[in-house]
Amino acid sequence: MTAANAIRTDDIHELCSTADLVAWSGVVALHQGRQIALFYLPRGRDRRGDAEIFALDNHDPFSGANVIGRGIIGDKGGEPVVASPIYKQHFRLRDGVCLEDDKVRLATFEVRLEGDRVVLFDNA
Amino acid sequence: MTAHHTTHDSRKQLVIIGNGMVGHHCVEQLIERGATEHYCIHVFGEERHHAYDRVHLSEYFSGKDADALALGEPDLHRTHGVELHLGTRISAIDRDAREVVTPEGRLGYDSLIIATGSYPFVPPVPGPDSETHPQARLVYRTLDDLDAIRSHAEHARRGVVIGGGLLGLEAANALKSLGLEAHVVEFAPRLMPVQLDEQGGIALREHIEGLGVGVHTGQATEEIAALTAADDCAYRMHFKGGETLDTDLVVFSAGIRPQDRLARDCGLEIGERGGIVIDDSCRTSDPEIFAIGECALWQGRIFGLVAPGYTMARTVAGCLTGGEERFSGADMSTKLKLLGVDVGSIGDAHGSTEGAKSYRWIDEAGSGYRRLVVSGDGKKVLGAVLVGDNSYYDTLLQYAQNGIDLPENPASLILPQNEGGAPALGADALPDSATICSCHNVTKGAVCQAVDEGCADIAALKIETKASTGCGGCAALLKQVFENELESRGMAVDRSLCEHFAYTRQELYALVRVEGIESFDELLEKHGQGLGCDICKPTIGSILATCWNQPIMDPQNVALQDTNDTFMANMQKNGTYSVMPRVAGGEITPEKLVVLGEVASKYELYTKITGGQRIDLFGAELHQLPDIWEELINAGFETGHAYGKSIRTVKSCVGNTWCRYGVQDSVGMALELEHRYKGLRTPHKIKMGVSGCTRECAEAQGKDIGVIATEAGWNLYVCGNGGMRPRHAELFATDIDSDTLIRYIDRFLMFYVRTADKLQRTSVWRENLEGGLDYLKEVIIDDSLGLGEELESQMKHVIDTYECEWANALGDPEKLKRFRTFVNDKCGDPDIVNVTERGQPRPARADERPESLAVEIPS
Ligand code: SRM
Ligand SMILES: Cc1cc2nc3c(=O)[nH]c(=O)nc-3n(C[C@H](O)[C@H](O)[C@H](O)COP(=O)(O)OP(=O)(O)OC[C@H]3O[C@@H](n4cnc5c(N)ncnc54)[C@H](O)[C@@H]3O)c2cc1C
Ligand code: SF4
Ligand code: FES
Repeated sequence: MTAANAIRTDDIHELCSTADLVAWSGVVALHQGRQIALFYLPRGRDRRGDAEIFALDNHDPFSGANVIGRGIIGDKGGEPVVASPIYKQHFRLRDGVCLEDDKVRLATFEVRLEGDRVVLFDNA
Repeated sequence: MTAHHTTHDSRKQLVIIGNGMVGHHCVEQLIERGATEHYCIHVFGEERHHAYDRVHLSEYFSGKDADALALGEPDLHRTHGVELHLGTRISAIDRDAREVVTPEGRLGYDSLIIATGSYPFVPPVPGPDSETHPQARLVYRTLDDLDAIRSHAEHARRGVVIGGGLLGLEAANALKSLGLEAHVVEFAPRLMPVQLDEQGGIALREHIEGLGVGVHTGQATEEIAALTAADDCAYRMHFKGGETLDTDLVVFSAGIRPQDRLARDCGLEIGERGGIVIDDSCRTSDPEIFAIGECALWQGRIFGLVAPGYTMARTVAGCLTGGEERFSGADMSTKLKLLGVDVGSIGDAHGSTEGAKSYRWIDEAGSGYRRLVVSGDGKKVLGAVLVGDNSYYDTLLQYAQNGIDLPENPASLILPQNEGGAPALGADALPDSATICSCHNVTKGAVCQAVDEGCADIAALKIETKASTGCGGCAALLKQVFENELESRGMAVDRSLCEHFAYTRQELYALVRVEGIESFDELLEKHGQGLGCDICKPTIGSILATCWNQPIMDPQNVALQDTNDTFMANMQKNGTYSVMPRVAGGEITPEKLVVLGEVASKYELYTKITGGQRIDLFGAELHQLPDIWEELINAGFETGHAYGKSIRTVKSCVGNTWCRYGVQDSVGMALELEHRYKGLRTPHKIKMGVSGCTRECAEAQGKDIGVIATEAGWNLYVCGNGGMRPRHAELFATDIDSDTLIRYIDRFLMFYVRTADKLQRTSVWRENLEGGLDYLKEVIIDDSLGLGEELESQMKHVIDTYECEWANALGDPEKLKRFRTFVNDKCGDPDIVNVTERGQPRPARADERPESLAVEIPS
């Protein structure tokens, strides 16, 4: 990943506002044909700290449906995960790796909270 | 059937006469040991039923039918090519020709197994002709016998059982459950003379009289005389000594006799008082013929219990497949509940071993009695008698069977714990050779091995070892041993819900109730750790919903639900949802049907009648759900909770409003129940059914709650299940009025909610409930825990606060915000592609999708 100051402004995209997010749950944003599942932890992964947001590909490779953003979030041994709502596999929020089958990994996106905006850093 | 060996089959011919419990077990054992490779097996059963569980025969009167009592897999014979001839009596054995005589001809055998069991002994008491007066000579052994008793009981007020042994008391209980005034007449001076000593007999008598059953001991019946129509009863029994007793029907239970006629007629060696003589490998005097079960006599003894019969069956199966098993006698200890009274008898109950000494504990007030028989040197247990409390049985049996040294004060084994009684013998004190299940001869060692090989729960253990799948008497001990084994392997029996909560669902339910906890956050803060997960969140969401009935879409609840509850619709394989409004009782107006049709065509939804008597509309996208529901709610529909672990449907039949056989308004009752309980969230889904008469068109006996109309009111059935492991519901209460019915269901449901595990249907819950159906009746009907009112008021809260979740969500723009496929775009998911089939849409399969969409977007 490139350093933040090297990112050109036209690579930063506003996805939605923080009011669109649902605490401790997911929503989905569409960006240039990609479906991005956004998970919002208002007090962070330890429920004590600052807000955190994670972004994963909405496509569930096990069922072939676009549903990841509608899974339940939680943690496995302290590691924040989302469970696919169809066949219940767990994916790590930070890198998209599937706990049940580590050869499977969802794409992740660089997303940040800026004031009341949710922005995507498109460094592809 | 051919008369001789089928020529193209080179296998030997094995014939089994008798398809009772033991004969059937023998077939199972033969199959398991691969005998079908070398033998073509023919089984003949005189009864028309598949082999059934005679031990639990009496449950035929408490709600189980022939299917529920059937033993083993229904397709067993067909799957393994075993020829089963039901309703076919063998009339003779021709040993010279090595053939058996069937009604259709002769059939040759190379080996023959006689498993004809026994028949009830009916003493030659003078009385009316049995052709015209069958009700004066009923017996209690087969399903057909029970049908006969049931049909005669319909016109009877009083019934008498001759014989106060184990079976006689069961028969008396059956008469009582059929609504008759029941009496027991016993020739000996006490009840259960074989198993109990004098004091035990007295204690049992007190219990049984307390239940309203007449007990007449020391009475010999001399004559049964028919009375005239003018009399109150149909018959008068005359006893030696002059006393009489009037009755409408008589059941003989005066002992059993080995069914040895075939063997007798073909000249096999028979014991002096009957029984086919066998040796240690269960061979009769003809080495090609075996005898097993209650017809067999080993060292002068007949074994009238199923466990020794099973051991014989295994022995023969072994003999025929090269095994080494030997029959070496069997323990005749028994433990039962007769008319609700615990009775146990172990080993030498009468203390007849030389030098034996006894300890006795008598509670005259509570009619409790326990006797412990120990060896002359005071070191070992020889036998015991228990009346009133069988919780001592398992421990005493293990002491007796395994020769475990007695504790310093032997009496402590039969004393109540608070009076210096010894704690029950821990499972770890048992040697590996200790028999845990005598029906299937499973030792503690075998259980340990199964645990080592990965059996992680009782269900798996039962499949692997067969333990506890016979008479069921060893269930408690099996559980104890299993949990002990887990603990000793450091696999602490972990009943925690998940890594975030070290509590069971039941414990969490209590915490939420008692501490008045209203949100997941609060519970996590006080009693949990981490973020939670997809196991604890929905479970706790459900508990909160049952207790406080807050709308499921309220902010504190929304992140707890899985997608179905979150969006109040069921997610389908392609990420779309199904919409299922409530159609209570399956009753729907034509106008509403039209609306469903209109909505389905407008949104292009696939339409199907479900198995639950309602209509499901499939294929709606997330963002379409509010619009669809708005239209449905305007037309008078409400949510059907098809997505929730909650009350699903109450299936109804048309009932007496239209049907010529209906005796009550089943649709009306179904509607009342569905509207009463809709919205209640439960550990797993709940289904109900109401039928208008015994024809049972609503299949109520396959539901968690089943109601069947009777002339006098309703019969209530509980804990049935369809699905993966169907379970017949059990009869819970008969002829109750509508108010009582609803009171029982209120209590039942709340008690289930309080005590069940997560995702446990009522059927599984019931099977794991200690004390079983009797206990459940005590809690619900007799209110033995004093919980009745509390359960009812908790239910009342849920009913009073009901609100259609969809109507609630539609009224709140904040909640509706969630129903967006994309938060930043109004379009739908472009990957959802349907094709048309039979005039309706369905998701396209991969090979039907346009190329461009099938390509993954590289990341
Ligand atoms: C729609 C329907 C099939 C149909 O087209 O007819 C259906 C569909 C599903 N059933 Fe069912 N079941 C449907 C009637 C039944 C019935 C028949 C009945 O209710 O009389 C049974 C057997 C009876 C019983 O439950 O005792 C039934 C036994 C199951 C089971 C097995 C439960 C068990 O205890 O073994 C499951 C799995 C589970 O719950 O874990 C299941 C689960 C499901 C799920 C939820 C599976 C899933 O997770 O996707 C299906 C989704 C429903 C949906 O998308 O709306 N469904 N399911 C029926 C809806 C009835 C309704 O109006 O509510
Ligand atoms: C009400 C009741 C309660 C009981 N409770 C218990 C208990 O709690 N614990 C316990 O251990 N035991 C109990 N028993 C005893 C137990 O049921 C028997 O020990 C067991 O059924 C014996 O099995 P079996 O196969 O030898 O005989 P059965 O089960 O009687 O089977 C013999 C079969 O052979 C058939 N047959 C006979 N002659 C022929 C022929 N010529 N041709 C074809 N078929 C023939 C019969 O019709 C019958 O179906 C109870 C029995 C009853 C009746
Ligand atoms: S159960 Fe009875 S009342 Fe109901 S439809 Fe069938 S026959 Fe008619
Ligand atoms: S002892 Fe009968 S099932 Fe185990």
